[in-house]
Amino acid sequence: MMEIHGEAWTLKEFFCYPNEYIYWSIQIVMYPFMTGLVAGAFVLSSLYHVFGVKQLKDIARFSLVFSFALLPVAMMPLMLHLQQPLRGIHVMMTPHFTSAIAAFGIVFSTYGMIVASELWFVYRPHFVATALELKDDTNRGLIGNFRYLLFSALTLGCYDVSEHALEKDEKAVSKLAGIGIPVACFLHGYAGFIFGSVKANALWMTPLMPVIFICSAVVSGISLCIITYIVTMEIRKILSKMGNKAKDLPSYEELQSAEIEEVQLTSKYLVGFLLAAITLELLDLIFRGYTAVKSWDILREVIYQRDFYKIFVMQYGLGNLLPFILFKLPGLTVRRAALASSLMLFGVFMMRWNVVIGGQAFSASYAGFMDYVIPIIPTSLDTFKEGLMGALSVIITPYVLFYFINKVMPVFKYKGSH
Amino acid sequence: MERRDFLKQTITIIAGAAIPASALEFINPKSLFAANGGNTRWVFLADTQKCVGCGFCVKACKLENEVPYDADITRTWVERYVICKDGKMRVEGNMSNPGFGINADSPKGGRDGFTTAKIEVGADKHVEIKDEDISKAFFVPKLCNQCDNPPCVQVCPVGATYKTGDGVVLVDRSWCIGCGYCVMGCPYGVRFFHPVYKVAEKCNFCYHRISKGMKTACVQSCPFGARQIGNLKDPNDPVTKVIMTGRVGVLKSEYGTKPQVYYLALDREVR
Repeated sequence: MMEIHGEAWTLKEFFCYPNEYIYWSIQIVMYPFMTGLVAGAFVLSSLYHVFGVKQLKDIARFSLVFSFALLPVAMMPLMLHLQQPLRGIHVMMTPHFTSAIAAFGIVFSTYGMIVASELWFVYRPHFVATALELKDDTNRGLIGNFRYLLFSALTLGCYDVSEHALEKDEKAVSKLAGIGIPVACFLHGYAGFIFGSVKANALWMTPLMPVIFICSAVVSGISLCIITYIVTMEIRKILSKMGNKAKDLPSYEELQSAEIEEVQLTSKYLVGFLLAAITLELLDLIFRGYTAVKSWDILREVIYQRDFYKIFVMQYGLGNLLPFILFKLPGLTVRRAALASSLMLFGVFMMRWNVVIGGQAFSASYAGFMDYVIPIIPTSLDTFKEGLMGALSVIITPYVLFYFINKVMPVFKYKGSH
Repeated sequence: MERRDFLKQTITIIAGAAIPASALEFINPKSLFAANGGNTRWVFLADTQKCVGCGFCVKACKLENEVPYDADITRTWVERYVICKDGKMRVEGNMSNPGFGINADSPKGGRDGFTTAKIEVGADKHVEIKDEDISKAFFVPKLCNQCDNPPCVQVCPVGATYKTGDGVVLVDRSWCIGCGYCVMGCPYGVRFFHPVYKVAEKCNFCYHRISKGMKTACVQSCPFGARQIGNLKDPNDPVTKVIMTGRVGVLKSEYGTKPQVYYLALDREVR
């Protein structure tokens, strides 16, 4: 029997059109989730660079680099989802601009260039210092040679690190971060538009979709930054406790106090964006119920019956309300913040799931339902890509990338980073 | 030459050239085609009173257009509707709010006809309705509506799906990237991924046949004349005459897609 795309993971009930399947599965859940993380991480770093929130200096540098590591991963789910991935470049070559997806390549690469140039200005002194250091090293070896080539290429031939030059760099960084905020929001609001403009889908079609997407994006981005920041700080604390007393590394106590300070402040922004996101989502829900147009009968069945557990328990309860309380209880500790951020991240993931999969949970006939049974153990390329394994590969990739990028642009090297 | 003079002169030249240039008309190949060769607009007419649900059209379509015969996807299909006297849906099991549904099905797209009174309500799940409960029952053939304002064409990010001058929406199999946006964008559910070519696929009114003066496979195979194809721009075409003078309906006009498959005796329950 021939494999039909979507048949392996779609359960149909009652009257669905014969060609209907869950065509947009886990990878399309991952796509807005990952772009959301990119945008959110960037917005967090901009809070320091543009608005001068000094306390965020440490996490700002970190989230900027992490946002860069996440960037290629925002595209990965799309490539994994395409039936003809080798033709993905057509979107750049022959964009058909009436389509909301057509501008993706342009928006995405614009944003990528902004992040890359901002990083370059931030890390220029480091590139110059490393390149010069390696230049003087006469006994470099193969790896040293490679590093020397890499770092001198990264300086782009500009070795001026005078005070005047660095001042100019800083100005450039804040300008780029300033431009970056609207672009990051656009990148993600645009992902929301891709869904919100599908008139054939009753659940997706709302003008609020882009705004909801941006707010939840920032929530998820900040959450991920807090978690990853805490994890790396804990590792550093363990290292410093183990007596790794290199003289340019900060002490255990310094790390401790810096960590909680950063986390507390960042969580305030997190909660703010969460409230905005929830307000809009509830507004959308109330509006749909009140206007009760043709599609409401089936939407009500999906929202309040079939997906009730996923929406109200997992997304709003476990993913929003509980972390909100955890953040708001007095005396926030690092451990509690880590737990709350993880829950928040889960909540945003569930929101993406409930939008993407929930939007396909009912037939366009308004008389049938479809259920996505996520393939766990892949039996074919399709069930690998659009199953749990595909999703996990997307989740792991940014960390692998971060490991390598961190080698070139170290996030935690200086004591001065506090 | 001073920079100032250079700029001044440039502006003068541009302003001067703009006047004659505005008299020129840029010819759009599309409008040229429409003006000269555009005397065809393919439309479809389906008479639900005549359809008996034999499924010959689905068989013929699958064979003609090389859509894998046993695969559960199809370019055209036939739906069966069974409306009960109390207007309610018949369900067994876990349906919590059965107040809104309808009794309808299209097993295998109706390919093998409807040989049992049992209605399919899921994979290997059926429900049987008592004859005395039924107020009316009928069949509705479905296919691509070749919309005048096709949402699938609008959302294709690479322009791989497009509307021809004579109104048929086609897919370029060599250019489709398989993103599925068109599949999501179609309110009628006519699109799917071709299991062999791995690109978007849909009914194209048998474009290879109609452009050679033949009928579509489904029209030719229908023993009851329930399916007809015609040219809306030809006032003498029998299909055009019916559409112009009869009371015809279209599916889901609320989406603004301007569908071009017209139905005679379209029931309000048809989805």
